[in-house]
Amino acid sequence: MADYDAIVVGAGLAGSTAAYCMAKAGLSVLVVERGDAAGTKNVTGGRLYAHSLEKIIPGFAAEAPVERKIVRERISMLTDESCFTMDFGSSRFQNPANASYTVLRAEFDAWLAGKAEEAGCDVVCPAVADDLLRDNGKIIGILAGEDELTADVVLLADGVNSLLAQKAGLKKEISPHQVAVGAKEVVELSAGAINERFNLNEGEGLAQLFAGAPSRGLVGGGFLYTNKNSISIGLVITVSEMAKSTLRLPDMMENFRQSAPVKPLLEGGKIIEYSAHLVPEGGINMTPTLSADNVLVLGDAAGLCLNLGFTVRGMDYAIGSGALAAETVIEAKEKGDYSNAVLAGYQTRLENSFVMQDMHTHKHAPDFIEHTPRMFKEYPELVENIFADMFTVSGPSKLMLKKTLPHIRKAGLINLMKDGFKGSRAL
Amino acid sequence: MNVEQKLSTNKFVVDEGNPHIVIHQEKMDAAAVKALTLVCPAGLYTLNDKGQLIFEVAGCLECGTCRVAVAHLPGAMEWNHPRPSFGVQYRCG
Ligand SMILES: Cc1cc2nc3c(=O)[nH]c(=O)nc-3n(C[C@H](O)[C@H](O)[C@H](O)COP(=O)(O)OP(=O)(O)OC[C@H]3O[C@@H](n4cnc5c(N)ncnc54)[C@H](O)[C@@H]3O)c2cc1C
Ligand code: SF4
Repeated sequence: MADYDAIVVGAGLAGSTAAYCMAKAGLSVLVVERGDAAGTKNVTGGRLYAHSLEKIIPGFAAEAPVERKIVRERISMLTDESCFTMDFGSSRFQNPANASYTVLRAEFDAWLAGKAEEAGCDVVCPAVADDLLRDNGKIIGILAGEDELTADVVLLADGVNSLLAQKAGLKKEISPHQVAVGAKEVVELSAGAINERFNLNEGEGLAQLFAGAPSRGLVGGGFLYTNKNSISIGLVITVSEMAKSTLRLPDMMENFRQSAPVKPLLEGGKIIEYSAHLVPEGGINMTPTLSADNVLVLGDAAGLCLNLGFTVRGMDYAIGSGALAAETVIEAKEKGDYSNAVLAGYQTRLENSFVMQDMHTHKHAPDFIEHTPRMFKEYPELVENIFADMFTVSGPSKLMLKKTLPHIRKAGLINLMKDGFKGSRAL
Repeated sequence: MNVEQKLSTNKFVVDEGNPHIVIHQEKMDAAAVKALTLVCPAGLYTLNDKGQLIFEVAGCLECGTCRVAVAHLPGAMEWNHPRPSFGVQYRCG
């Protein structure tokens, strides 16, 4: 008999959610995590859309270590000279079903793994799953150092690099077009200074995205999220683009934080951490085999993440896929059948959920973003030129149309219309 | 602030003598070597004056970007997770 019903590799959001749901249903579950504690190897930008965890642990935000509830959104287009910012605030974000929170993963993941442990899982860290354990080809568990641990099913929730899904032959090597590299700094600043600087009330947060100059025209952008007592700031750039860059990523990061629109936001703050992580952004085209006999693939390991140019979303998909994987394993346990005949139900569940529906809705996004470099260079410049002219007075005035037309012509009216049309159907 | 100073704010436990990444420059082309010097967020790949690729494992953020950048070149890199208790330990994340 196997040591456990299920072994989960990785105590990130996907893994801990799956473990929690399976243990709640009475299954015996082991979670192995390579960090000293859950979360110590993990990085995100900052914003967790609450809806998916809300379904599993209603009202979770009251007990979980969330940082701030996001009530303000900003999108900035930067050139070397100018900054154009849209600033949006809405009371609609107050509704728990629409809410989103900034999070820091070390604390948040430790909390969620703690919930799984409370529900009855064994969580072992630090432990690295080095390989899958097989008996006559059948997956029967994992190998972690000297230890052989057995289970009826193994859930691979080991993140974007998923070495195990590759070893299991479920996932191909990642291509540099399919992932972005994110570099991030956490800058400590008092809650009061953050509230004042960003015009926020106690507990309220802001999300800001930056296009244009931060990525030096490469496919990518910058982000800023307010935490309780710190600011998360970073860059996300497609790896194949970074390889063409004229500057090193750490230097681009430093230029971004020193740029005129950003520097005053961080004034007086102290960098307390510098981190980096890959972001899967290949969309549905990079989906690996999601299930096979005795194994399932979840979260970032399954490429369930979207980069829509203006925002990265993966945490709610990781949680959603974790819950659906758990449902499937619970069914397999009831039927006493862990073959793909039952486990393939995970794929059907995903298809019928927001997770795969979103992947399908945005299936053209990776291609659109990669093949529309104008979004990252010419269009931010276009916006700059129009607004710079609108607000610059240095002699006789001109009609608005006369001011804007030359700039639009420079960017190309046809391009603009084409990209606008395609973009609205992809993003 | 340069990247070395930023890295010094992190907590690392270095596994002396047991690097989790090993590079084989002879299996790389010039484009791959250049890419590594650009894409690593920690700036751990540099070129010496003979054009040889120098890699410093201490300071690795375990992102996997270098792995992906040379994935098309078989044998160019052995990339693994550090052994348990070693590597970066994020306190924020
Ligand atoms: C810079 C950046 C910004 C982002 N911004 C956002 C955002 O604002 N909103 C959003 O929703 N998403 C965002 N994302 C995406 C989001 O962070 C991921 O989609 C999400 O973290 C995926 O969760 P996961 O549980 O699948 O994987 P992970 O969180 O990566 O968890 C994998 C776990 O497995 C462990 N592990 C790996 N291999 C092994 C092994 N062999 N043995 C044992 N343990 C192992 C790891 O230590 C880790 O704990 C961002 C990502 C990045 C990098
Ligand atoms: S894993 Fe990331 S930080 Fe480490 S060497 Fe590779 S690119 Fe640099």
